[in-house]
Amino acid sequence: MSAPETTDRPSQAEAFGELRALTREWRAAIDRRLPPWWSRGVAGALLVIGILLPFLFPTNNGFMNATIIALAFAVMSLGLNVVVGFAGLLDLGYVAFYAIGAYSLGWFGSDFFFKAHLHIGVHGVAATEAGIHLNFILILICAAIICGIAGMIIGLPTLRLRGDYIAIVTLAFGEIIGVLAVNGQSVSLGGGQTLTAGNLGISAVDAPYFPGIGQFDLLNLRPWYWLIFAILLVVVGVNLRLRDSRLGRAWIALREDEVAAVSMGIPSVRTKLSAYAIGAMFGGMSGAFLGAYYTTVNAGQFQFGFSIFILAMVIIGGLGSIWGALLGGLLLGYINNWLIPDVLNNVPSKLGLNFSMTEIEYGIFGFLLVLVMLLRPQGLIPERRRKLELTSEIAPEDAQLVESTAP
Amino acid sequence: MSAVATDSPSAPATAALSVERVSKVFGGLVAVNDVSLEVPPASIVSLIGPNGAGKTTLFNMLTGLYKPTTGRILLGQRDITRMRPDRITGLGVARTFQNIRLFGAMTATENVMIGRHSRMRAGLVGSIFRPPRVRREEREARERARELLEYVGLRPNIMDQLSTQLSYGDQRRVEIARALASNPTLLLLDEPTAGMNPQESSALTDFMRKLRDDLQLTILLIEHDMKVVMGVSERVWVLDHGEKISEGEPGQVREDPRVIEAYLGKQN
Repeated sequence: MSAPETTDRPSQAEAFGELRALTREWRAAIDRRLPPWWSRGVAGALLVIGILLPFLFPTNNGFMNATIIALAFAVMSLGLNVVVGFAGLLDLGYVAFYAIGAYSLGWFGSDFFFKAHLHIGVHGVAATEAGIHLNFILILICAAIICGIAGMIIGLPTLRLRGDYIAIVTLAFGEIIGVLAVNGQSVSLGGGQTLTAGNLGISAVDAPYFPGIGQFDLLNLRPWYWLIFAILLVVVGVNLRLRDSRLGRAWIALREDEVAAVSMGIPSVRTKLSAYAIGAMFGGMSGAFLGAYYTTVNAGQFQFGFSIFILAMVIIGGLGSIWGALLGGLLLGYINNWLIPDVLNNVPSKLGLNFSMTEIEYGIFGFLLVLVMLLRPQGLIPERRRKLELTSEIAPEDAQLVESTAP
Repeated sequence: MSAVATDSPSAPATAALSVERVSKVFGGLVAVNDVSLEVPPASIVSLIGPNGAGKTTLFNMLTGLYKPTTGRILLGQRDITRMRPDRITGLGVARTFQNIRLFGAMTATENVMIGRHSRMRAGLVGSIFRPPRVRREEREARERARELLEYVGLRPNIMDQLSTQLSYGDQRRVEIARALASNPTLLLLDEPTAGMNPQESSALTDFMRKLRDDLQLTILLIEHDMKVVMGVSERVWVLDHGEKISEGEPGQVREDPRVIEAYLGKQN
């Protein structure tokens, strides 16, 4: 109300504007000075650091453990980014693919189906035990295929829907898979075998084995690290290729304006289903890895909160941005598995407070999400062509046009 | 220009587009009622009528966004009445929108490359592994997009800007280039001169003729600017309250008392 306040505000805004313009200029100047091979050079350096990282740490410590899980989360984040970031289909049930991927490992890499005897490319105990025992690479492929199909099945009923309604349907599917995981122990497959082991979990799953490398074990985390690092590289590569392809453009076009996109010749059903399938495949691969790494596949792992956790990675990183999703996944992975439990956990008790940090971790993630939304709504590494899908509205005329794009 | 012209298939001898007794009902509202029209190949024709007459609804049926309640739509000899929009685009129908609908997060060139979608083949596997065939296709699509943007008169230095950063006139140009990218035989323009000044409108009118002559395109436009309609169309259909009230050459239609009544109200 008072005079100084009204004069202050514009000048403050101006100052910020100037600051922004200045930083833009600096960035442009830096970009000009950098040699053309700069971005490739950075990528190469990161690759080398990534490969050599385990040698900086003991073979089995908390940080390595956190790194491995963070990389697995990043794979999921990259998968969800295809669905939510590229294609603009808000998916709140992504935990379903973590579950299906992990169960693929439980089914095809343990003595869970004890009536079956199938051994392909395995070694040691796994080669003689009852049950289905496939090599980890085969399990990875199975997980990807099963999840791809599941992704399309979950995608089908959302094709007639838009915006928030897609989110609700996917949320329901995530919950259905979760309930199925718990109650699967009552689903008989004959001969005393069941679909899942519910909250007891399928444990004693096979550790990955590769000829020439040997059997993985949890005393030496380095092979695990390189395995998930390799999976991540493949997933990033596939993401980059897809983004700059006919299919990637079609996803983004559908996200931007579905009516215009189908009028330009993009088949909406096939294009959307392919996004669901690809996103689900990455989730499944990560799920299979985590199942092996945690050495158990337990229905309790697949909670709704995990879907939101992965979504938070994508949003904090920057919707639709590959490097953003990667960073978001690593960041929240580290915070969740290293910073909170290993570093900060005892801080409250040292201050004389009667709780530990792990008890309030969801509060911390919520706070981080709010912080990013306020200070940097486009995410940490925004997509070049960013647009905030989650807040975009549906034009009334579009609502009528839905009939045309349904299968 | 020549590259653009050779790309278009030759026009068939029969009507390029026949609409046979098409109606569209939304709930209780009859948006389009028993409308028939026949568009000769390589002609420029117009659909006019007051606001809410059902023109855009008819366009949406022609492109497959709406399914007609009754009636038939033929593209050449082919029945496209209940086809999916993307299939219809694949058969050679392209359109622009009344309120420009470019993909805001994409550059002008990428927008036009989307228009090329139905003429490209790369699938999921091809996109991931990028065999030489896919690389070539991608490069050709990009080159062709730039060619088309040049053809519609976009300056090369703004071809890689986000479409939202372009001026209104340039956005209209990009939209036409995007429509042309699918190699259409029939081009539907929904109020292409909306928001343009008289000079720009007349330049666009000339451009439509050039398009028709270069590409042997059939152009159907919805237009409110009577100067444009009378100047460029060979035939005009007039819709009012979803019904066809008049058709004929521009001169005839202008004199039709029913048309005058629809536009100006009844004389008492």
